[in-house]
Amino acid sequence: MPAMFASRNSVTWDERLKTGFFVTCLVDLMRPSVGFAAVDLLEDAGCDVSVPERQTCCGQPAFNSGDVASTLPIARQVIEAFADYDYVVVPSGSCAGMIRTHYPELFENDFTWRRRALDLAERTYELTTFLADLAGWRADAPGGSGKVTYHDSCSGLRELGVREQPRRLLAQLENVELVELPDSNVCCGFGGTFCVKYPDISTRMVDDKVDCVADTGAPVLLGGDLGCLLNIAGRMRRKGVKTRVYHVAEWLAGHHDRPGIGDPADDDR
Amino acid sequence: MTVAQSSKAFKVRSRRALLDNDLREALGRARGGFVEQRRAAFEALPEFEALRDAANEIREHTLSHLDYYLERYAANVEINGGTVHWASTAEDMNRIVVDICRRAGAKLVTKGKSMVSEETDLHHALKAAGIERMETDLGEYIIQLADEPPSHIIAPAVHKTRAQITELFHANHARFGIEGRAEDRTAIVAEARRVLREAFLSADVGITGANFLIAETGSNIIVTNEGNGDLTSCLPKVHIVTAGIEKVIPTLEDLSVFLRLLGRSATGQEMSAYSTLYSGPARPGDSDGPAEYHVVLLDNGRSTMLGNEFHEMLRCIRCGACLNHCPVYSHIGGHAYGWVYSGPMGSVLTPLFKGLEESYDLPNACTLNGRCQEVCPMRIPLPSLLRRLRQRQVEAKITPARQRLALSMWSRLAARPRVYRFVTNLSMRSMAWLGRRRGALRYLPAGRGWTRGRDMPAPEGATFMTRWRRRGEQDT
Repeated sequence: MPAMFASRNSVTWDERLKTGFFVTCLVDLMRPSVGFAAVDLLEDAGCDVSVPERQTCCGQPAFNSGDVASTLPIARQVIEAFADYDYVVVPSGSCAGMIRTHYPELFENDFTWRRRALDLAERTYELTTFLADLAGWRADAPGGSGKVTYHDSCSGLRELGVREQPRRLLAQLENVELVELPDSNVCCGFGGTFCVKYPDISTRMVDDKVDCVADTGAPVLLGGDLGCLLNIAGRMRRKGVKTRVYHVAEWLAGHHDRPGIGDPADDDR
Repeated sequence: MTVAQSSKAFKVRSRRALLDNDLREALGRARGGFVEQRRAAFEALPEFEALRDAANEIREHTLSHLDYYLERYAANVEINGGTVHWASTAEDMNRIVVDICRRAGAKLVTKGKSMVSEETDLHHALKAAGIERMETDLGEYIIQLADEPPSHIIAPAVHKTRAQITELFHANHARFGIEGRAEDRTAIVAEARRVLREAFLSADVGITGANFLIAETGSNIIVTNEGNGDLTSCLPKVHIVTAGIEKVIPTLEDLSVFLRLLGRSATGQEMSAYSTLYSGPARPGDSDGPAEYHVVLLDNGRSTMLGNEFHEMLRCIRCGACLNHCPVYSHIGGHAYGWVYSGPMGSVLTPLFKGLEESYDLPNACTLNGRCQEVCPMRIPLPSLLRRLRQRQVEAKITPARQRLALSMWSRLAARPRVYRFVTNLSMRSMAWLGRRRGALRYLPAGRGWTRGRDMPAPEGATFMTRWRRRGEQDT
C-alpha cells in the first residue's frame, strides 16, 4: 500500500494521487448521489479526485449487442479522457470490467490503441476494490445501522473477483449487520438490453431475487452496480415490496438517510 | 424461416414455458439438486483447477492435431475388427446407420442416449426406413413415449414431473399387460426395466453414443447410471457407435482426467455408475459381444469451427453444467431453445449448426452473467462466444433494424459529450418530474420492455455531470 494512502489526515495535497472518477452513464443519469458518495469516499481515502468532462458511457450497450463499430469511438474517448490519471475508479463492476477486460480485446489488431487500452486497464478499479484493496479506506462515522443484505453483481463478481471487498468495507460500519443473501451470486435478470428484449424471462429472474431478499428479513438491499439495483428496485416497487435499495457507496459515505432507489423523494411511503 | 418468425417462436415458446407450472416444478427441483451436488463434489476435490488445466491442454492439443488423432483412432478400430464410417453431414450419418441396419435385416433397434443422433434426427430416418426404435436410457425412453425432443443434454426428461411420467407409462404400457399406475420412483424404474428387458433381448442392432474416443486403443467409452448402454451394445449382433469428431482424445491416461471432471460436473458424482469401454466386435472365443462393430464419425460443421473464433466450443464434453447453472435455462427449460442443444452451450452451437438467422434469439437471450463459464470444466468462454455470435448477426444485418438504429444513435450521442450532457440532463429532469410523487415510473413511452414487469425508478433530476460542474463553479 502506498504511503500516501495511510491516513487521510497525514496526507498533504502534493502527495495525493491523481484519481480520475468515471461516473458511468447510469449513475450520471439516474442517481447522481451515488457519484457524490463515491467522490466523498475517495477523498476520505486521500485521493485527489477529478471528473473529466469528456466522459459519457463506457460503450457496453453497443459492445454487448455485438456492435463493435459503434463501441470503438466511445472506447477511444474514454481512453483519452483518462490518460493522465494515476488511478481510474468506477462505481460499477460491469463498467470497470468493460474497461479492464474488454477494451484490450476490442483493439486486438491495433497496436497503438491496444497499448493504450492495456495501460488504462491496469489503472482502472471498481470502487469497492479500490477502497478496500488499495486505498485502505477507514470509516470515520458510524454510518447507517441495522440489517442489510448484499447482491453480488455478475460482472464485478466474475470478471473482476469483487466479493469480499464490499463486505470488508461494510464490516467497518459499527451498527450495520450484513445478512448474506441466498443465491447472491445468481443473476438478477438485468443483463443490459436483455431485460427489455426478454422482459418475461427477466421478470421471472428478478422475482427470484426479490424473494431471496425477502427471505433475509433485511429491510435494506445494497449492491455495487446501479443497473442491477434499478432492476431489482423497479420490480420491488411494482410489487409493492418495501425493501429500500441503495448503492453500497451511499451507505459507506453515510448517505443512508436519503430515499432509496425508486422511493418517493419525500419518502412518505 | 424469416427472422420475425423464428424470433417469435423463441419468445412464444419461452413465454409458454414460463406459464407451465409442471415445468416450473420439475426445473426447480432439478436445478437445486444439480447445483448443490456439483458444488459439494468439487469442494471435496482440491485438484479441480489442476484437472481443468490438464483437460484443456489435452483437448487443445488434440484439436490442433485432430486429423492425426482421428486417423490413428480409425486405424486402431480397424485393427480391432471394427469398421469406421465418415459422415460429413447429418444426412450422411443417418444414411450410413440405416444402411447398416438394413444389411443386418434389423426390425428393432435399441438405442442408448446419443446427442449426436438427436442432432442428426436419426429417429426419423429410422422410422422412414420402417425400423422400430426403442430408447433404453430412462429419460430418453420417457421422451420417446411423449414424442418430444430432449430438454437437457444429460437429463433429457428433466422437464417432466413424476406425476406426468406415471400417466405417460399408464397410457403406453397397457400393451405390455401392465395395468396399474407406477407412482413412486422405484415402481417407475421397475416398470421401465420390465418393458425394456424384452427389447434388449430381441433387438437386432444396438446404437450408442460415445463420451470419448481413445485414439491409442481405438476404444470408445460411454458413461451411464443405468447400465442400459451395456445391454444396448453387447446383446444385439450389431453395435453402432455414433460420435462427433471432436470426441477423440489421445490416450487412456488422458481419459482418466476427463472422467474425473465429467461425472462431477454433470451430476456431482465422483464417477458415473457405469463407465464402459468398447473396442470392437467379439473376438473368437469371447462368450458374448456383437458380431459387427461400426463407428460413424460425424463432422456436420465441426471442422469449420476448427481455428475460427468459435474454436473453443469444440472443447465441450457435454456435461450439462452450463445448463444447470444458467438462470435463463432454469426458468424456460430446454424446449424453448428450439433444438436438441439448449442452455448456454446450445445457444452457441445451434446458430452455428442451424444458421444465425434462424436462431436469432439464442445468443441474445442471455444476460452474459458468466456463471456458465465459471462452472464449465473446459473453461469455455461461453459469454464471449455468445457475444461473437451477436457481432456476426450485426455484421450480417440480421439484428433488427430498429435495435441497430437505437444503438447507433446512443453511441453517436455518447461520442459527443457536450450534446450528450445537454440531452441527458434535459431528459432526466423531465423523467424526475414525472416520477416525483411515486419515486418511480409505471410507464415509459420508449421503454415498454422495462415497464412490462417493473417500474422505472425515477432519476434524481439534474445529472451528476451537471451538478458537478455547478459545484465546481461555486467552489471557485
